[in-house]
Amino acid sequence: MTPAAIRLAGEALLLDPTGGVVWPARRLLAVADLHLEKATAAAERGWLLPPWDSAATLARLAALIARHRPQTVLALGDSFHDRRGAARLAPESLHLLSVIADAARLVWIAGNHDPAPPEGLPGEAVACWRAGPLCFRHQASSAPPGTGLGEISGHFHPKARIAARGAALARRCFVVDARRLLLPAFGSYAGGLDVRHPAIGALFPEGGATFLLGAARLFNFPLPPPTLRIQADGILL
Amino acid sequence: MRPEAAASLPDRFARWFAARGWRPRAHQLAVLAAAQAGEGALLIAPTGGGKTLAGFLPSLIDLHAAPRPGLHTLYISPLKALAADVARNLETPVADMGLAVSIATRTGDTSATERRQQRASPPQILLTTPESLALLLSLPEAAAGFAGLATIVVDEIHALAGSKRGDQLALCLARLATLAPAARRIGLSATVAHPGALRAYLGGGLRLIEAGAGAAPEIALLLPPGRLPWAGHMGIAAAPAILACIERAASSIVFVNTRAQAELLFQALWKLNTATLPIGLHHGSLDPAQRRRVEAAMAAGSLRAVIATASLDLGIDWGSVDQVIQLGAPKGVARLMQRVGRANHRMDQPSRAILVPANRFEVLECEAAIEGVAAGTLDGDPPRPGGLDVLAQHLLGMACAAPFHPDAMFAEVTAAAPYATLTRADFDAVLGFVEHGGYALAAYERYRKLFRDAEGRLHPRDMRIARHYRMNIGTIVEAPLLRVRLGARGPALGEVEEYFAAQLVPGDTFLFAGRLLRFLRLRETTIEVADGGEGEPKIPAYAGGRLPLSTHLAARVRAMLQAEVGWSRFPDAVREWLSLQRTRSALPDAEGLLVESFPRGGRHYLVAYAFEGRNAHQTLGMLLTRRMQRAGSRPLGFVATDYVLAIWSAEPARDIAALFGEDMLGDDLEEWMAESSLLRRSFRNVAVIAGLIERQRPGATRSHRQVAVSSDLLYDVLRRHQPDHVLLRATRADAAAGMVDLGRVAAMLARVLGRIRHVALDRVSPLAVPVLLEIGRESVRGAAEEEALLAEAEAMLAEAAAIPA
Repeated sequence: MTPAAIRLAGEALLLDPTGGVVWPARRLLAVADLHLEKATAAAERGWLLPPWDSAATLARLAALIARHRPQTVLALGDSFHDRRGAARLAPESLHLLSVIADAARLVWIAGNHDPAPPEGLPGEAVACWRAGPLCFRHQASSAPPGTGLGEISGHFHPKARIAARGAALARRCFVVDARRLLLPAFGSYAGGLDVRHPAIGALFPEGGATFLLGAARLFNFPLPPPTLRIQADGILL
Repeated sequence: MRPEAAASLPDRFARWFAARGWRPRAHQLAVLAAAQAGEGALLIAPTGGGKTLAGFLPSLIDLHAAPRPGLHTLYISPLKALAADVARNLETPVADMGLAVSIATRTGDTSATERRQQRASPPQILLTTPESLALLLSLPEAAAGFAGLATIVVDEIHALAGSKRGDQLALCLARLATLAPAARRIGLSATVAHPGALRAYLGGGLRLIEAGAGAAPEIALLLPPGRLPWAGHMGIAAAPAILACIERAASSIVFVNTRAQAELLFQALWKLNTATLPIGLHHGSLDPAQRRRVEAAMAAGSLRAVIATASLDLGIDWGSVDQVIQLGAPKGVARLMQRVGRANHRMDQPSRAILVPANRFEVLECEAAIEGVAAGTLDGDPPRPGGLDVLAQHLLGMACAAPFHPDAMFAEVTAAAPYATLTRADFDAVLGFVEHGGYALAAYERYRKLFRDAEGRLHPRDMRIARHYRMNIGTIVEAPLLRVRLGARGPALGEVEEYFAAQLVPGDTFLFAGRLLRFLRLRETTIEVADGGEGEPKIPAYAGGRLPLSTHLAARVRAMLQAEVGWSRFPDAVREWLSLQRTRSALPDAEGLLVESFPRGGRHYLVAYAFEGRNAHQTLGMLLTRRMQRAGSRPLGFVATDYVLAIWSAEPARDIAALFGEDMLGDDLEEWMAESSLLRRSFRNVAVIAGLIERQRPGATRSHRQVAVSSDLLYDVLRRHQPDHVLLRATRADAAAGMVDLGRVAAMLARVLGRIRHVALDRVSPLAVPVLLEIGRESVRGAAEEEALLAEAEAMLAEAAAIPA
């Protein structure tokens, strides 16, 4: 696993190929949009998806923590697919969560799917998390961060499509400029939103960079400003 | 045909035939005789044989002799449009003879008002499609509504049997056999390779009635002017010659193989068409209203030609088509016969057809197809077991209609031919999937979709389950589509795949619906366009467009290559090409396998002349490159065409015979299939059909997108945690029969065992040139290749960025 180094508001950050961001100076790891218990939420509606999504997501998170050994782990909202999700966690998932909570300080940031703190689970719940020049929250604010400040958020589940040799390859991705960083969804069953969507474009009026998740590394492609989208091999479709 | 008691035609019917100057055809009377003897029938007749009337005659006579209210005859067609056309055509004899027979259609296009009317007072003859029938059978009133059914007519049955739609229909027919055991079945089919299998499909004990073959068709070959192309499938260079053919005939259908090819040819003809002959365009993505206009104009004789894809393979006879032109390879003898049969619908006169090959391999394929048509030998796969995903959908539908007991349902389902060999264990696994997901983890007990009552009968949990079922019915899974509209309020032109639309930026031009269009904007589920524009236009492509070469036709091509005496029929360029191949290398032989190797541009090439179709060659390419990797040959890539597989590597391949050993289908296959993108695509279809995930609706909202679960993610999780899950087994079976085409790979490896001829050359052979020209046009990937492509694209871009402007 080879992370990619970036700077946001002057701070050095590492983007992990599994979709988490590490702030080494503060020994902090953030992941977004775990969407735990999405399968059981679908099952309640009559769609019986394979039920291993929470365990798979938490196992990947535990592995990520084992690699970077952070002191603090932030879950940037939509950690549960719905308000009752925490109550549906299976014993295996609860066990994984306690292992994670033993390894690091676990902080749940509120999201639109899970506005209330999860009951009966380890960790503390906050609306957002500020440290130094950086603000961690679920959804990016519409106003850009002030001078010298940076913002790290999830919510949009960014995904990019790359044209390569006549094929289109779609991957989850980070989107970043000098002041904002969008994290890809970390949840096993989380869907994706194309980075060209106006909702994402509005956050990056000058364009930026995307880092696509790979098996062992990230792939870096520029994100042109919303008004300038050209097509060619290797350019974002 | 066995001698049977002569059919009795009531006076009124005899007079109607006489008044039109017709005499009932022998096969029409034979179907009637079977029906009057209380038997069903399978009628096999070429196009233009009056098949549809043969199917309805017994019902019309029944209803005339003994009028009764309620549903009497159910007619099932593979196409909505065909059901509507047949209903219209049936009105003519009914009106002429003054019969009091009520006729209605029930398809996806039927309005809510009409549906209500049909519920209140059922028609005596109902025309429908397999999907609409499945829906009707899932309604609680199905048992009462179908109890009095006397006749079931299945039209174009050859186009349904053997597909997932055919599986669904077979299950519905088994259901009808339970609800209306006395109903007789009449199947109508074009000429097929396996009539016995078709008869078994429809249900045993049917009389097989085969109409005479009619006059042999006259098929000619038309070569593009100038040099015969080495590669390419579009064949647009032949446009002037095709236009000349159109000018010489009163009316023509020009068949092509893909929608993109149809658009390109239409544009090319339009540029040349100085005489402004009226020429229409017809393919499955055009707006239905637009298609109906083209069909009506063709039927009225006001078009000189229509460019069409498989969208016109089936359908109502127009009776006035002078000739059929097939541009590009025919791919199969049965398919060519079907298309040729669309010209001239009088059985006693020959149909006229012109084949226009797009490249020199296609010349061979066209000649082989002409030979196949003359010999009357057809291709067609023997029946395969029914899909477990289709069974899952059906079981849910049955539970929505009425509670059922698993034992009774197993007996009913196994009465359907595609499921005759279904084991109880597989049935129970599928039922378990429908009930509670069938997961090893007993997590879903409280989310059951079906529950069992004290007697062991299954009921749906709530009304929502039935609603889901009805929203997701059917076995055709399409990529999400977006509507194309001229301006904000202009007419709808048709649909393109969302993936294509995502590539467009305002100002881009593309060819669609026979027009050059300029992309304006995307608004929800609609692409707004304007006429005209500049720049190189794009052409929408659609998934699954190309059919592979049939096994039968491939065998004919191989045999032709060996039989040099027959080469005289080939054009000079092809003869010279083959002669040169014989001198420089060797000719592929009929039973064995010719493999050439040669160096070129610092790489080592391996070319296998397997003639097993693209899908099988792609699989073979994947497996061979894995073996070569292990053997240290460092393979770099491969390309598969319908005829040939070419692999290139950094080091020469060694021990060719061992490379092609049958043990190739062992661990490598399992490993590759597990991570192959082909399997992921198959899984998506299976998951939608089986009801694991919802059908994707085009232009879904942003929040819906983020909430929707991609089938790829489910596939990964399911494969890791329960690799023997029934949906994964269904996926592997699907892929093995279709995109991976394992059957053909296995048959080929067995056939060529000990008969591999390896020719080591110092340069490319004449026969290998076409496949080398295809390099870069085709691509298939696994997970590992995707990573490599991304890395390559990233590096290229970084390099470009480093160049000072």
